[in-house]
This record gives sequence, structure tokens and C-alpha cells, in this order.
Amino acid sequence: MTNAYTLAAHADGRGNPMFRFAAPQAFFPLAGKMIPWFAMLAAVFAAAGLYVSFFVAPTDFQQGESYRVIFIHVAAAWMSMFLYVVMAIWAAIGLVLNTRLSGMMASAIAPTGAMFTFVALWTGALWGKPTWGTWWVWDARLTSELILLFLYLGFIALTTAIDDPRRADRAGAVLAIVGVINVPIIYFSVKWWNTLHQGASVSLTKAPSMAATMFAGMILVALAAWMYSIVTALWRVRSIILERERNALWVRERGGEA
Amino acid sequence: MFQGLRSIIARDLRLSMRRRGDVLNHLVFFVIVVTLFPLGVGPEPNLMHTMAPGIVWVAALLAAMLSLQRLFASDHADGTLEQMLISAHPLGLIVIGKIIAHWFMSGLPLTLLAPVLGVQFDLPQQALWVLALSLLIGTPVLSLIGAVGAALTLGVRGGGVLLALLVLPLYVPVLIFGAGGVAAVSNGMGAGPHLSLLGAFLALSCVVAPWAACAALRVAYD
Repeated sequence: MTNAYTLAAHADGRGNPMFRFAAPQAFFPLAGKMIPWFAMLAAVFAAAGLYVSFFVAPTDFQQGESYRVIFIHVAAAWMSMFLYVVMAIWAAIGLVLNTRLSGMMASAIAPTGAMFTFVALWTGALWGKPTWGTWWVWDARLTSELILLFLYLGFIALTTAIDDPRRADRAGAVLAIVGVINVPIIYFSVKWWNTLHQGASVSLTKAPSMAATMFAGMILVALAAWMYSIVTALWRVRSIILERERNALWVRERGGEA
Repeated sequence: MFQGLRSIIARDLRLSMRRRGDVLNHLVFFVIVVTLFPLGVGPEPNLMHTMAPGIVWVAALLAAMLSLQRLFASDHADGTLEQMLISAHPLGLIVIGKIIAHWFMSGLPLTLLAPVLGVQFDLPQQALWVLALSLLIGTPVLSLIGAVGAALTLGVRGGGVLLALLVLPLYVPVLIFGAGGVAAVSNGMGAGPHLSLLGAFLALSCVVAPWAACAALRVAYD
């Protein structure tokens, strides 16, 4: 325990350089500098990805043009699961090292993750209607994505219900770590329950079973979603830092400047 | 060390027996919820037959969830929990003891009552056995996962609804495999895989849940 406290104590910028930016005071300007770069990357990837997916990628011979919603759907579904893992990792770091910023990062990521989960479900419904003839199927992957949304909402509800921010962060951290067990269940549910949902069409071990341009479009949109998540998380974490440190001297001095 | 575990279990059981109404209320709730479903969807025998495992399991889930609040809340209110936290016994052992006592007072009565309700739905005898067996394996998981939620929402505003919000999504795998096993048997297939997966969940939550509940309690009393 003493170790964690000393690490946190050194995190004011003079100690271990690895922990320099663990201090909200040091991270706030860094985040401000990073946001425009990642925002630019997000815009470039989004423009390229959407161009490839809507104009370059060939029309699917079975599903027609309606399949194109899958470019956004897949990126959103990937991000929804990935962000939950990232959130849990930040939460675990916060629990172990007792750094304030980690908990802030976890609660900054949660709304973006919930948004992507919702987008994945919504676009999935839009794709399912013309393809399967129904908006919703009680299939394992759809259902587990819905449960993932519930997990995000539970995390947000718990952290907002607790007034003390430190307790809220740590309670949310425990919940995120318990919930992260659900993410592999989502991922492997395709193998566990053999249902209507098509199997994974992109895998790391074998060549993708689709046209190269389709694959490129998917990757580009996914990169755009990734960069967008970084931007929104940093943006939100800056607001959280200001809100929580509003009585700190450095925030007041900044307020004086602006 | 096990002396401490035994005395915690004995204490919690004795406390629950002094307030028998609480335990009975949850059982009555369980029976009422099960009764509501036929009234809601109509008494068509074939429909009831296919829905019975799911209905009984959902009702058991809700009843187990409602009983979670008394796991830590009363000890929290009178300060006993704080004394337990600073006692010489490891917190994990105390939490495990409380979970076991909670299961004896919620999961076990549900398990014993469920076959009777299954008879109402005309489940075949083999399915009744599997229903009881799946609840026997599944309800400890409900108590274990529920303990994490109960510890997290200790003394939090709107704790009851929040507890449901946190815990019910985590109960989903238990529901799927518990009800799935019973349905498999009434359809003439074996329930082995479902029960094995339930057992796997039980093993996993035995490892993770006490640790998480301890962490959550420490957070609450920090």
C-alpha cells in the first residue's frame, strides 16, 4: 500500500517520468494538446473509410446495397467491446496503483462505449430488416451486445449514484472488472450457440472471406471510430478533471488566465 | 479459521430464523410471480409447457435478487459490518460465510419449492429433477454475484433499483443455462452440457465473487 501511495505522491511531475502524467494537473494540458491531432486523424480516417465503403467497395451480390451499413456496424461493435476492456484496464490500474486519473479515464470512456454499443445494435437492426426480414432476432450475439449495453448503463448508473468521486471510481472499477468477464462470453458466443447470426467474417488466423476493398473500408472506419473514441474520452476527462479539481490552485489560476 | 466461518454462518442463520417473515415473503413472492405468467399469457397447456422452465427460473432470479439487500444492509445499518471489517478474521472468510448463510435462506428454499411449481405446469418427472438440480447449482451463483452488487450499492442512493440494474445483466448466463437445461430435458435431450456449464459458472464465481465483494466492501468503508 505504501508503494502505491509513494507512486501517487511522485506523480506530480518530479518523480518517475512514467507517472508524470498520472497527475491530473499534468495530464490536463497534454490532453488538450493531443485532442486536435486525434480529431484530425479521426476526420481523415472517417472520410477515407466512408468513401471506400460507399463508393469503392463492390455491391454484394446477395444483399445488394443494404449491406453497406455493415461498415459502420462492425466498427461500432468492435469498439463497443474494445472500449469495455480498455475501461476495465483503466479501472484495474486505478484500483491497484491508486491513481486518481485512472478512475477518471474509466468514467470518461463509459459514455462513448455505451454510444457505440447502441450504434451497433441500431445499425444491426437496420441491416437485419432487409437481410433477415426482421429488426431483431433473439440470437446470442445480439443479446449479448444488448447485455453489454446494460453493463455500460449499470456502470454509469453506479458511478453517478455515488457522490464521493473517489468511492464512485473504485466501486465502478470493481464492477467493470467483474463485467469484463462478460466480454469474452460475447465474443465466443458465436461458437457456443450456433444460431442465425453469421459467423465472424474477419479473423486473424485465416484470410478474410471478403473483397479486399470491403476489408479496407471496414478497417478504415474502425480506425476512425478508434480515433474518435480517444478524442471524446480525452475531451470528457478534461471536463472531469476541471470539475473535480475546481478548488485546486492550478485550476483557479487557469480560470484567471482565460 | 473455519471456526470463524462456522460462527458467521450460524449467526446469520440464527438472525434470519428470528425474522422468519422475511424469508417467507420472498418465497411467497416467487410463487406469485410464477402464478402471474399463466394469467398474463393464457393457460394454453402447450405454451405453458414450453415456457415453464423459463418462468420458474426468471421468478427464482427475481426472488433471489430481492433478498440480496438483507445480505449486508442490516449489518451495515447497526455498525456490525464495520466491526467485521476490522476484526482479526480475514474479510474474505466473513463474506463467504455470509454468502453461504444467504444461500441457505434464499436459494435452498427456492430450489425445494420449484419442483412443486413445476408440477403446476405439468413438467415431466425427469424435467422436475433437472429443474431442482439446475437451481441447486445455479442459485449459489446468484448469491455469489449478488453479494458483489449488494456490497457495491451499500448505502448508495436508490440502492434497490441500482442493485437490480447491476446484478440482473450478470445473471443472464445462469438463466440461459439453467432454463435451457430444463427445456432440453423436456424436449428429450440430455441436460448434461447445460448443467456442466452452470457448474463452470459456479466455479468461476466462487473464485471471482468473494474477492470482488471484499474489494467493494473496502471501497464502501474507505
